[in-house]
Amino acid sequence: MKILVCISSVPDTTTKISFVNDNKEFNSSGVQFIINPYDEFGLTKALKIKEQLGGTVTVIHVGPASNEPIIRKALAIGADSAVRIDGEAVDGLMVAHEIANYVKNNSFDLIFTGRESIDYNGGIVPHALSAILNIPAISPCVGLEISGNEAHLETFVDGGKEKLKTALPVIVGSQKGLVEESDLIIPNMRGIMLSRTKPLEVLAVQNNINNQKVAKYELPPDKKACKMIDAGNVEELVSLLQNEAKVI
Amino acid sequence: MSVVVYIEINDGIIKKGSLEAASFAAKLAQEKGSKAVAVVIGKGGDASVLGKYGIADALHYNLEETQINSLTVAQILQSEAQNLGATDAVFSGSWIAKAAAASLAVHAQMGIVTEVTELPKNGTILKKAFSNKAFVKVELQNSKNCYVISANSFGLHENPVNTNVQEKTSNASSGLSHVSYNKDTSKVSLTDAELVVSAGRGLKAPENWHLVEELAKVLGAGTACSKPVSDAGWRPHHEHVGQTGISISPNLYIAIGISGAIQHLAGVSSSKNIVAINSDPEAPFFKAADYGIVGDAFDVLPKLTEALRKAKG
Repeated sequence: MKILVCISSVPDTTTKISFVNDNKEFNSSGVQFIINPYDEFGLTKALKIKEQLGGTVTVIHVGPASNEPIIRKALAIGADSAVRIDGEAVDGLMVAHEIANYVKNNSFDLIFTGRESIDYNGGIVPHALSAILNIPAISPCVGLEISGNEAHLETFVDGGKEKLKTALPVIVGSQKGLVEESDLIIPNMRGIMLSRTKPLEVLAVQNNINNQKVAKYELPPDKKACKMIDAGNVEELVSLLQNEAKVI
Repeated sequence: MSVVVYIEINDGIIKKGSLEAASFAAKLAQEKGSKAVAVVIGKGGDASVLGKYGIADALHYNLEETQINSLTVAQILQSEAQNLGATDAVFSGSWIAKAAAASLAVHAQMGIVTEVTELPKNGTILKKAFSNKAFVKVELQNSKNCYVISANSFGLHENPVNTNVQEKTSNASSGLSHVSYNKDTSKVSLTDAELVVSAGRGLKAPENWHLVEELAKVLGAGTACSKPVSDAGWRPHHEHVGQTGISISPNLYIAIGISGAIQHLAGVSSSKNIVAINSDPEAPFFKAADYGIVGDAFDVLPKLTEALRKAKG
């Protein structure tokens, strides 16, 4: 089983977001960057499948050299090799085209992405990859079993879940449910040592897709002070919701 | 030249997110002096209701639910966008709509902007970023674009016209085959819900959830939960709202026994009105809420449910 896991670098979930340079740039000072949490569920599932069925796990990342710590972390967790496409990720379309380009030259049975990244939340990459490569994608995917050449997958539909099947290869937009949080792997010392010697190939950007440019960031307006209501007087809350907020 | 909008039908009813997308498409077409055409996919339903939101032309594909998946929807959208010479395409933020948008952008070489909150203006457009923690204005570099709009941000805009509905058939097929469903359709869909009641560890145990459900029932609200609650298996994953769960923006979000960690707030902070009920007066949620009650959930919830029942008659 040849498995590819696409990872992106995002600010840690506890980050307080702020901007610099006249609100034109994200303020990365003091920010810890992590493997996008959705991608990490995919990486963990990939390693579980490798354990069961054998094969190799390659991670791929589109981003500058300064993002290499997250690639090394993925290798320390257990991926066998890594590829970095050396360029700034413009948007989901650009990233998908770069990854697709690599996949065309190196075929895979299974491709994991996150269901979305937690910085821009587009959720575009798995489906754009699917369209470029003409391989089915399921995202968000909350269940995956491989039997022979077939993948059985589970996704969300209105009001619940749907089970689907398809022949490999398939693209999986990962999220919790594919594996549980308790399955996530914290790299040990041996993994960290090994990660330094595992192959990391750096490739140039191939496509010049540039559909959008950041003009300016804004923070949401400050909230007004919370109106406190006495616990013994819930009727007041009901009246505020009816007459002031007008939502019920 | 046209603006194409993808409309989803679920259980014979057009989804609210799709009506918002229709409003967006109609206004965009009006501004551009072009025409908005709805591509409606799903069993049954009455596509002429789109007229209320300014859509004069609708193409209805009466597909069985089991035929509908990200690939078949993408195929239909792609061929219609080509037939209609679409310069713009509008999608709700549902999973299947995102899939269709991404696929169309690839095949028609369009740009794609997600989490959109407003109509494009002079080649720029505003969208959400960092899981609701910020907004970003982007300059569009492509003359043809797909817009995936953020739920409950643009809103519904009425502009009544008569809708001409044309029935269409499709032989779209994909390598994906349906196996089975596991659904509970008695509940309000969380992303479409206008009112949401949500609870956290403050409820102490899963068997106490009837208190939340009774309140939700009186309001006709959807139910949600915090991450620790879904991690503990008290509630299903699909009810987890927050940065790594689903992100919602209902008109009213009632948070019970949830402290208000930054990751939770990211998923709910764009709700129009927030009520926080927590026994800890220092809970960070009170800083993000519009209305707050410091009190024990087991005391406040039954009283609130009763008061709402009386108020609603």
